[in-house]
Amino acid sequence: MNDSKSLRKSYVAPHIGSLPKSGIRDFFDLVSTMENVISLGIGEPDFVTPWNIRENALYSIEKGHTHYTSNLGMMSLRKSICKYLSKEYALEYDPANECIVTVGVSEALDLVIRAITSPGDEIIYHEPCYVSYSPEIKMAHGVPVPVNTWEKNNFSLDPDDLERAITPKTKAILLNFPCNPTGATLSFEQTQKIAQIAVKHDLIVLADHIYSELTYGEMTPSIATFPGMKERTIFLHGFSKAFAMTGFRVGYACGPKEIIDAMMKIHQYSMLCVSTTAQEAAIEALENGKSDMLVMKQEYCDRRNVIVNSLNSMGLNCFKPEGAFYVFPNITSTGLTSMEFATELLKSKKIAVVPGSAFGSCGEGFIRCSYATSMEGIKEAMAAMKEFVKEIKS
Amino acid sequence: MDKTELRKHILRLLGENGRLQAEEIAERIDAAAAEVEKEIRILEQENVIIGYRAIFDEAELPENAVKAIIEVKVKPEREGGFDKIAKRLSRFPQVSSLYLMSGPYDLQLEVKGKSLNDVAYFVSSKLSTVEGVLSTSTHFLLKKYKESGKLMLEEDQHERLQITP
Repeated sequence: MNDSKSLRKSYVAPHIGSLPKSGIRDFFDLVSTMENVISLGIGEPDFVTPWNIRENALYSIEKGHTHYTSNLGMMSLRKSICKYLSKEYALEYDPANECIVTVGVSEALDLVIRAITSPGDEIIYHEPCYVSYSPEIKMAHGVPVPVNTWEKNNFSLDPDDLERAITPKTKAILLNFPCNPTGATLSFEQTQKIAQIAVKHDLIVLADHIYSELTYGEMTPSIATFPGMKERTIFLHGFSKAFAMTGFRVGYACGPKEIIDAMMKIHQYSMLCVSTTAQEAAIEALENGKSDMLVMKQEYCDRRNVIVNSLNSMGLNCFKPEGAFYVFPNITSTGLTSMEFATELLKSKKIAVVPGSAFGSCGEGFIRCSYATSMEGIKEAMAAMKEFVKEIKS
Repeated sequence: MDKTELRKHILRLLGENGRLQAEEIAERIDAAAAEVEKEIRILEQENVIIGYRAIFDEAELPENAVKAIIEVKVKPEREGGFDKIAKRLSRFPQVSSLYLMSGPYDLQLEVKGKSLNDVAYFVSSKLSTVEGVLSTSTHFLLKKYKESGKLMLEEDQHERLQITP
């Protein structure tokens, strides 16, 4: 008898079947077999959500606010978001039809990519980058077009490199600064040039601002504030990183009504609305969360200084990133690949970092270390890594 | 980094953890260790930093087993106001802190002792008899949940993922 399984075609759609498993996934499987690992591999704050925000979530449940909300999100939350963007980013949006609340910024990104992409449309993004960008574009039948960023530029995006990647099929540019995994930021001048390029070629800009609050120097204005940009920019943001609310899953998108309407259709038919409890927690974060956020930011800044100095002093070149909570040191001096370095470090010292190659091929030769872990953990990890590097080089 | 900024950073970090060495502070704020060391000494000399001590469960020490908060109404003096009597009360070694308060009473004292009797003796024989003290109201502390910004009860650790993108 024939094995029917081997004869029939896969039930899975080809464009999904061909998606690679996240490079982080393999490594995660390895880490989960080990105990007492100090992890510098975590892309979320180690802080628990500030108490006033958690308390507001409890209060929301206590009051019995357990029903659906408007598909766009609670009006009171959308008003808070627009007020916040006006104050912190000098951006004016209408809460009635230029703002949608989503399940994390991840959903917002997925919605906007699906809303604007026709089959074959190209979307340009910079690598090394967050692991979801390319798969999300492919899931929407678009064509992901990565532009490399370089260590010599501190992984900032060179506007000339970006412009060279533009073709008649280019639909949008996706920007994420401060950047996961490199911690890179964009300067005012670079942002201005990219804005001019977007206007010149009539492109949409998807601005993923998820790490913007965690900028240690002066924050570069959002690209949406530059001339001719507001009408072509989708401002993507969320509560996960700045307010340590990853588990609440709340994000949002603001932009031109036409695109928000289109995103709204997908959201309405697939997700309905974001958890009411989480939305009420998010209101508290925007209204009263700034002081707690600044305390966390200061702690990240202290840790960044410690980790950057430690890495450079052990001979792993690492620029001092101005944002997010990642450092991206160069490990080529050890003669190991990113994956070898991460695997050997984990096996011999029980320290977890993420191979840079998980974030795009130009991340090879680097590792991502997250400093969203305690200062004690960082110091212990750095001491062990120093020993490891010494052993490898000797 | 300017002086004011440096002093703020030093106080912020030492206020959180008094055991931090100058070098450790320096690497956190990207300053020179010698500069931090010097500024700490200045802060100590200026009495901005008054001392260093551990925060611990004081019930572990028998001489501090009992703690009370005492609200005291006093008669301010014509010259010296509340300061004179506050100073006088603060000299008692049993008094660990003392504040002038707004509201229905004037001074709030925190008093430590090894037993209820110990504290009661202090209140009846020492505190109440001081000239200018009009009345006292003593509240014994039953259980400590938080001290100097530190929770005394550990919270459960949530199962966090080890690797996330």
